[in-house]
Amino acid sequence: MAHTPETGTPLIDMQGVDKQFGNGTVAVRDMSLTIQQGEFVSFLGPSGCGKSTALKMISGLLSVSRGTITVNGHRPGEGNAGSDIGYVFQEATLMPWATVYENVYLPLKLQGVGKVEGRARVEEALSMVGLANFAKSYPRELSGGMKMRVSIARAMVTKPKLLLMDEPFAALDEMSRTKLNDEVLSLWKSLGLTVIFVTHSVFESVYLSSRVVVMAARPGRVVHDIALTGGYPRNAAYRMSPEYAESCRTVSKALEGTMDHVDLNH
Amino acid sequence: MSTLTTETPTAAQLDPRVLRERRERRLQYILPIAAIAIALGLWEFLVWYNEVPHYLIPAPSLIAKTLVTDWSSLMQSAMFTIKLTLMALALAIVGGVALGMLFALSRPIEMSLFPFAVILQVTPVVAIAPLILIYVSNTFVALLICAWIVAFFPILSNTAIGLRSADHNLRDMFRLYQATPWQRLRYLLIPSALPYFMAALKIAGGLALIGAVVAEFVAGTAGQNTGLASRILESSFRNEIPRMFAALFLVSVLGVGIFLITAWLSRAVLGHWHESEIKRER
Repeated sequence: MAHTPETGTPLIDMQGVDKQFGNGTVAVRDMSLTIQQGEFVSFLGPSGCGKSTALKMISGLLSVSRGTITVNGHRPGEGNAGSDIGYVFQEATLMPWATVYENVYLPLKLQGVGKVEGRARVEEALSMVGLANFAKSYPRELSGGMKMRVSIARAMVTKPKLLLMDEPFAALDEMSRTKLNDEVLSLWKSLGLTVIFVTHSVFESVYLSSRVVVMAARPGRVVHDIALTGGYPRNAAYRMSPEYAESCRTVSKALEGTMDHVDLNH
Repeated sequence: MSTLTTETPTAAQLDPRVLRERRERRLQYILPIAAIAIALGLWEFLVWYNEVPHYLIPAPSLIAKTLVTDWSSLMQSAMFTIKLTLMALALAIVGGVALGMLFALSRPIEMSLFPFAVILQVTPVVAIAPLILIYVSNTFVALLICAWIVAFFPILSNTAIGLRSADHNLRDMFRLYQATPWQRLRYLLIPSALPYFMAALKIAGGLALIGAVVAEFVAGTAGQNTGLASRILESSFRNEIPRMFAALFLVSVLGVGIFLITAWLSRAVLGHWHESEIKRER
């Protein structure tokens, strides 16, 4: 990408986006959203609210049924061989037959970056997540949190401007989760990333994001858009602060409003 | 396990866990060998004790003697069977993998061709072999076709399933980075299919031998340069029971050899990552 949008220009623009699946389910209805460069946005909502679907549409993995999405000036998935987007899946999604190093090198390999040139970048990405010493390990030898770190390193190895994370820490224990939250925050800050983070945890969304987009289910839609600009730098002290508690209360209340018709047998 | 260079026992060597592991590894070889030796001894004893005539059940020692005296003719036959089996297996791998890839690429092709593969698979090779021997004038080629039919199906079906079994999120990731079809095949689909392929190879190796032997039985001793099955058949006509056993022994050795090689290959290819080949600590 030759031109870099300055802070304040929209990186992502969604206008009247619908997504209807082949079986008739309306996953997302009339979603309009503008995300600026450098924001940390959480999509928060109950299951079935279309938050993951929205993320997949932004990445280009899913098509749009109606409306338009613009990412960094082009349609989703049509960027420079995907190099301007990093994507972290709900599971670590590593290739079990490849070492940690090879897993992180994969996006570069797919783009035709040579081994010699790739080495420095892979090593940089691995040390960014504190796994420099595990390059030769296989995924099965790592804990859940470490696998997730490899997954983040892989997403970061192409130096994307936009990082999409689909409930990345949902399966982790509380301690690993807290630690990884801090790591994501520091990556966001030091690299000037734009992050979209899908989660169903109020606490996680409030801790991480500068903006929480609350979504409701059936049909999936945006119901609240809450800015949370304060509390930086966010750390353990922020978790204990009244501001954090107040934000959690606000977001919880907004989320509760979406739960009226939630079928718990779902 | 690192190799130990010092002669004096170190702490690691005396570690009960290390010792237990070593004992276990030794037992892995000792137990099967001992069990077979005992069975042979018992066989030898019972034949001797009950004075069973050698044209009914020969003693192991007599079979061994026959192996030595008929070594050259038996070896010639064994070479023929080995050649037949390995060629059938190689063709089954080439054909099975090629067609399996085609199946994985295109559903319509799979739906149209799969019935033929199933028909070939479920029809007993003994029933088709006489026809093939009539139509194909070269006996070796006819035998090869029979053995190939038997070994081909597991490779085909497992390759097709394996190529489809790649993780969906990983597929998405390859799409995200706009991988070319070749990259997808090389770096995602083939590694995902390897465990399935290796399982098929273990089965197909044994089946290729069975196919070769069965086809030879149907063909009889017609040819000049014939395999172990023909030796067995020939010996049974001449009532040379010890020679029958000797040939049978060689067939078994061949089967065990193929099994060991394919098992070793599977461990070499998958050992570092796949659950089926990883030894777990308890």
